[in-house]
Amino acid sequence: MSWLVDNFDLVARLTGNHAILSVIPIVLGFVIAVPLGWIANRSHSLRSWVIGGGSFLYTIPSLPLFVILPYILGTRITDERNIIVALTIYAVAMMVRTAADALAAVPADAVEASTSIGYSLWTRFWLVEFPLAGPVLLAGLRVVSASTIALVSVGAIIGSANLGYLFTNGKQRDFLEEILIGIGASFLIALVFDIAIVLLGRVLMPWNLRKSPASKSIRQNAVGVY
Amino acid sequence: MIEFQNVTKQFPDGTFAVKDFSLVLPSHKVTVFVGSSGAGKTTLLRMINRMVNPTSGKVLIDGEDVAGLNPVALRRKIGYVLQATGLLPHRKIADNIASVPRLNGVPKSKAREEALILLDTVGLDRSLADRYPDQLSGGQQQRVGVARALASDPNILLMDEPFGAVDPIVRLELQDELNRLQGEISKTMVFVTHNIDEAFAIADQVVILRAGGEIAQVGSPAEILANPADDFVETFIGADKGKRTLHLQRREEDGVTLIVDAEGRPAGILGEDKG
Repeated sequence: MSWLVDNFDLVARLTGNHAILSVIPIVLGFVIAVPLGWIANRSHSLRSWVIGGGSFLYTIPSLPLFVILPYILGTRITDERNIIVALTIYAVAMMVRTAADALAAVPADAVEASTSIGYSLWTRFWLVEFPLAGPVLLAGLRVVSASTIALVSVGAIIGSANLGYLFTNGKQRDFLEEILIGIGASFLIALVFDIAIVLLGRVLMPWNLRKSPASKSIRQNAVGVY
Repeated sequence: MIEFQNVTKQFPDGTFAVKDFSLVLPSHKVTVFVGSSGAGKTTLLRMINRMVNPTSGKVLIDGEDVAGLNPVALRRKIGYVLQATGLLPHRKIADNIASVPRLNGVPKSKAREEALILLDTVGLDRSLADRYPDQLSGGQQQRVGVARALASDPNILLMDEPFGAVDPIVRLELQDELNRLQGEISKTMVFVTHNIDEAFAIADQVVILRAGGEIAQVGSPAEILANPADDFVETFIGADKGKRTLHLQRREEDGVTLIVDAEGRPAGILGEDKG
């Protein structure tokens, strides 16, 4: 533990940077995936393109992506924007199917009824479909959050100052404590994010606190996809 | 006044939901479309607020072709009550009722106040305002559906089998309530049902439909009962089985006069003449 005390500033800095590198792709991934999921539900062929595209993106190995992106984006290889873009791609890939399923599972009679009393396409999306898809979207977001936080550490290999550094450095020095501290800190970020997402859900979706068995089973199915 | 002029709705597979349908629905009256499944009654109803667009022909509201109106604006001006209530499960009762006024930009506090008044109008306690729809009974939810439809004070009220999913006792209660309400608000109401007794209970004008939206008979309940147009109408209203031909039967043991149908099944008792 003395290593942690001596290097507390380093660990804190790496943790902070790790959290920032995680939160941006999580948010961007969500913002991009939800409209894509909506589009996917417009027609069968759109759905297979969007969902298939998402699955394809997810098969790209992360390390080559970090290496290729600088050529595409015109960034330096050590630029952390590469990591953010790469992780956003993965977040979209993971989130898009959940988003499509979540929006497709919105009760048809609520959508139909809101149209027939005068909701426009836009107001219906924001006031009806999006909130009713909320619980499933949130479940998907929790998976994306955990996965993104884990993936950020790979960025250490191309020189990003995040908790992954403790893994590579600890491995090189054959120093287990440093690796364990890296794992612990990364777990802590994941836990804080997860709690934050759940609390956000409670604040934004008060109706959902009275958990009905139906919505619960939909949520479980959504998580089960992965 | 709502007017259908030679309205046809043909599906892509060639079948007709409605074929060359023409009818006038008078203002401030209740018109009931009644018929079996597939008679096109819901299709006709949904043409009024452009949830369905006719293949040919016109639907006019006060002389204006709805085809030329913006569907969203049109729907906000027409109250709509659905069988499945269509209440938004994530909004409280007061917010559900206030949906259309809020879409029209009415301030939240004013919309809520009006929603509370509407709860009174449809005979619900104001304490339900902050519940969610699934915390109410089916009958209560239907009343909320009616309150929501009335929220923007529309001239026209469309009701698509609104009482189809509630039990028979609540159903009768809701029909009575609707009649009372119509006495107060006097809307142009279009009501769809497959239950002829319900049609007779609430209609000023009954429209009996065959398959494909063909009109079998139009008239007041009394006119249809007195002169069924043909065998189809007779069967539909139950006249062929003697259900509508009632007789008086004196019970000597207790002095009550029973009313019985053609097969001797009791349908009611004879009350005092109100004169």
